[in-house]
Amino acid sequence: MIYLDNAATTKMKDSVISAMLPYFTETFGNASSTYTSAGQAARRAMNEAREKIASLIGATARELYFTSGGSEADNWAIKGVALKNKDKGNHIITTTVEHHAVLHTCQFLEKQGFEVTYVPVDEFGMVSPEDIKNAITDKTILVSVMFANNEIGTINPIAEIGGICKEKGVYFHTDAVQATGAVEIDVEKMNIDLLSMSAHKFHGPKGVGALYIRKGVKIENLIHGGAQESGRRATTENVAGIIGMAQALSEACENMQEKTKKLVQMRDYIIDTVLREIPYTRLNGHREKRLPNNTSFCFRYIEGESLLLSLDMLGFVVSSGSACTSGSLDPSHVLLGIGLPHEIAHGSLRASLSEFNTKEEIDAFLKALPPIVQRLRDMSPLYEGVEGKE
Amino acid sequence: MYSEKVMDHFSNPRNVGEIEDANAVGTVGNAKCGDIMKIYMKIENDIIVDIKFKTFGCGAAVATSSMATELVKGKSIDEALQLTNKAVVEALDGLPPAKLHCSVLAEEAIRAAIQDYYDKSGIEKKIECSGDCEHCHHTH
Repeated sequence: MIYLDNAATTKMKDSVISAMLPYFTETFGNASSTYTSAGQAARRAMNEAREKIASLIGATARELYFTSGGSEADNWAIKGVALKNKDKGNHIITTTVEHHAVLHTCQFLEKQGFEVTYVPVDEFGMVSPEDIKNAITDKTILVSVMFANNEIGTINPIAEIGGICKEKGVYFHTDAVQATGAVEIDVEKMNIDLLSMSAHKFHGPKGVGALYIRKGVKIENLIHGGAQESGRRATTENVAGIIGMAQALSEACENMQEKTKKLVQMRDYIIDTVLREIPYTRLNGHREKRLPNNTSFCFRYIEGESLLLSLDMLGFVVSSGSACTSGSLDPSHVLLGIGLPHEIAHGSLRASLSEFNTKEEIDAFLKALPPIVQRLRDMSPLYEGVEGKE
Repeated sequence: MYSEKVMDHFSNPRNVGEIEDANAVGTVGNAKCGDIMKIYMKIENDIIVDIKFKTFGCGAAVATSSMATELVKGKSIDEALQLTNKAVVEALDGLPPAKLHCSVLAEEAIRAAIQDYYDKSGIEKKIECSGDCEHCHHTH
């Protein structure tokens, strides 16, 4: 199998698993049972993990709260700020191309009487800070803009948007699930008030994530119960998961520049080769301001699921934003959000890399792809009479 | 998610292509919804002597097109009109619920081609749509 779906999830590193293992068996105590030595050891390890992760995004340990993953962090940030600040205003600003964890949370809040502005993005999937600025009213309590897009990889001007929000006195949340461990993040420099992350996107375990909440941000709890996470998020701590997340993020941030350079080289090699070898193909997302590991294309006249299936039969794992893979009649909202017509959006393919991928794997993929696209085109009534016209 | 039969018909589709001197051509579906099926037939003495298809769509769309053409090839028009989407699904050992509309599309494509044959041959017959048009995006 050649795995090129690292934006969906990543393989755990052996070192991460090793770091976690003692916390399932030896140090399995409840981190909140302060009177048992097993619990205390777990607690100490967890707090070290908290400090480690916080330091890697320019935050302090007291501002980092563990969650069950990125979706919970997004839900908490948005619902929590909305509920706690509704006396100040009922207006939330986000974009049309957010992850569903943000979009569906905003839609839920609309049903509860909140007003949401969905700021459109440009053809590259990038949001304009000016548009965010213009959307802010005296009723606005939160701006939520994703750090980098999960489908097309475009990186937003987060620091600029953060600056605007600070100036206007509006909380700024960013869903950094795709960006954490992949690009440099500094919540101080970027004026980020809330930031969501998820461990399994950077070779950590599934089922654990975190929400950074800047000190002083007024936010309601989402999960009520025990006094874990300084009384802000109930549930017995996922100690092993938290340890794994810290280990994984530390490794991701180690030599980041070097790893980024390698990934960007591989990414650009894929992009250049695909665009050169396969006609009637477009790159989705920004050419430069994109995640180092993301490639996203639309191949005209064919449909994404059959492309994905064909590649899967040869052992290549990729993803698509076609309707048939989204489980609805519409293709991905991100591809429609950047202005693509339905028929082009249906033919999308995302190949996302990790540091485990090799040049040999990429070459095998680039060799397999063109004949598959051609075979599907030859089968497509939309392709009739098109060949040779470009 | 797909049965072995579906995967077989997807990876080795039967009867793909065009028929240059087809006397029956039917197209259903639309690009917006992500699936289009085009069926070509050569009909002689009310028998479908040859049939080919072209499909833009997902794995199930390709497999149902392939299976539907297999099921009606060599059959009479009347027999072909008896083909139901259910028969196509059964012949493929089932389809995931979200993909059932593809089988409806296949049935509709066969019917659209035969209607085209009637129209071209001056036969005044109208085939009633038995499918669920909201699913097949078939415009009459």
